[in-house]
Amino acid sequence: MAKNSSTAIRRTRSKGRRSPLATIALIVIGLVTTGGAYALFSSTASAETQPSSSVAANQSSVDAGKKLFAANCATCHGLNAEGVDGVAPSLYGVGAAAVSFQVGTGRMPLANQGPQAEEKPVQFTSAQISEMADYVASLAPGPGIPAEKYLTGDADASEGAELFRVNCAMCHNVAGAGGALTDGKFAPALSGVSAEHIFEAMETGPQNMPVFNDKNITPQQKADIITYLKYLDKNPSPGGIDLGNLGPVAEGLFIWIFGLGAVIGVTIWIAAKAN
Amino acid sequence: MAQHDDGGTNAAAGSAVEHSDLSNPGTAVVSSDAIQNPGLPPHRLRVTDIDPKKEKTAERNVYTLFYLSIAGSIFAVAAYVAFPITPGDTNSVRLNTLFLGLGIALGLLALGIGAIYWAKNLMRGDEFTEMRHTTRGSDATRERAVEIFKEGNQESGFGRRALIRNSLIGALLAFPLPGIVLFRDLAPAADPAKLLAHTMWKKGMRLTHDPSGAPIKASDVTLGSVFHVIPEGLNQKEDALEEKAKAAVLLMRLEPDLLHVSKGREKWNYNGIVAYSKICTHAGCPVALYEQQTHHLLCPCHSSTFDVEHECEVIFGPAKRPLPQLPITVDSEGYLIAQSDFHEPVGPSFWERS
Repeated sequence: MAKNSSTAIRRTRSKGRRSPLATIALIVIGLVTTGGAYALFSSTASAETQPSSSVAANQSSVDAGKKLFAANCATCHGLNAEGVDGVAPSLYGVGAAAVSFQVGTGRMPLANQGPQAEEKPVQFTSAQISEMADYVASLAPGPGIPAEKYLTGDADASEGAELFRVNCAMCHNVAGAGGALTDGKFAPALSGVSAEHIFEAMETGPQNMPVFNDKNITPQQKADIITYLKYLDKNPSPGGIDLGNLGPVAEGLFIWIFGLGAVIGVTIWIAAKAN
Repeated sequence: MAQHDDGGTNAAAGSAVEHSDLSNPGTAVVSSDAIQNPGLPPHRLRVTDIDPKKEKTAERNVYTLFYLSIAGSIFAVAAYVAFPITPGDTNSVRLNTLFLGLGIALGLLALGIGAIYWAKNLMRGDEFTEMRHTTRGSDATRERAVEIFKEGNQESGFGRRALIRNSLIGALLAFPLPGIVLFRDLAPAADPAKLLAHTMWKKGMRLTHDPSGAPIKASDVTLGSVFHVIPEGLNQKEDALEEKAKAAVLLMRLEPDLLHVSKGREKWNYNGIVAYSKICTHAGCPVALYEQQTHHLLCPCHSSTFDVEHECEVIFGPAKRPLPQLPITVDSEGYLIAQSDFHEPVGPSFWERS
């Protein structure tokens, strides 16, 4: 950009057709539009989900996060979060969203090696988590903490339901009850998960979950999906007790054992002689 | 037939005969292979037959159950009024159905259990045999029946007027023919094998988001992403669902050096972005469970597992063929497009599949 503009200035001056003020105005307009367009269409998370300017400014928070990181995370992820081969991934570019999700749901620090990191009681206060998130976000650009307006759960639930069926239901079950994957891995149930963590999981793709970036599912569509999941939480199955939405196999097994068992019991009672 | 069935008397008679034989056995050894009819077991009195107190209790149980049934039925009506269905509120449907069902179930179950309990404990309790009636009618009845048939034949002329009879039989045979012809047309008019062998993908068609139909740029597909893809213009098609059932595609991006590309497929991926058919080659379920760390695709129906690194070859489960790959590239605007249709039929095997 800079080179182009400087040559442009020279050219206009040598020809002397326009006044210098017009040239400056033109350059300013050009810079603003290209810069604005770049900000709008930049590669990863859109500007809306990344209040990183305010985050980056807070150096004390980053320093506190670095200390927490060195004490709690560096054993596996390395002192500079560069990762250790075969032990833990590098944290460059995972962004504040990944920290907020992994630490905020208790998945990190990892309790023990297993098929996948499981949810457990959270080990840090929310202030400590945001300090660590600031530190990791300061290492390299990545998805940030989602904006509050996407987390209120009052977007379009039916739109969210369709997106959920297309993108999420195959692993998480159409009612968000979760499901099994291979080798002991599983997709967790989504009831009671906070809106922020749902958003961050889609944004960062923790563990074996694929990434759903903002070009795949826009922030507004993510808000729709959150609305659908919150709707499910608030509105239990209209058909009565739902057996935990375990799916047709488990529900079939239940009725085969308990339903048929009751029928057989009654038949035996009818046919038996009274004492 | 009928005489064989009245077990009780026959067995008694049989044993009586044998008994008389035994009284004078002579030198012969009589051995019978036939299974003896054991007859009815000795009658055992129930507690309600012996103990009047127990009888009273049983009686009380039965009418309590009947009263319970009345209460259940009234409860069902009351619940239907007390928990009305408010339009738009699924929770009200849930409560209404639950309590109505509980009331009706109580009404019917208590009634049935009470009736059986009554029959088992209080009604006549000794065992007895009822003889069957013969099914053959009397000779007079049988003769009269034959007479009626003959009279009918004579009066209608069915046997005499052969032309009427035969044309009637012909008309009855021809009557179902239109139905059979119509049923034939339930099958696809065109050759179904051809329909199964091709999808709507063709050269230059853009890959678009499912369900919105917005085109996808190659730069949108970041590492670890999975996109659910439909062909451009699918939503505008009249038979969109039929076409989607064949053309649905899964789009993933891997590190290019993780892909093991076989000869002839070098140009089918774009910088590590690969597109595979979403239709399982086993039973046609949508294979969409993608593990982004192992790069395995799972089928939710029968757990067939496909390895995306090795061109979706089957590494577990009942599927026999790898998922067909859709050759993709980008157009001048950076949007992902198909290079051609799939090079083989997608989905499960069918008879004419080569």
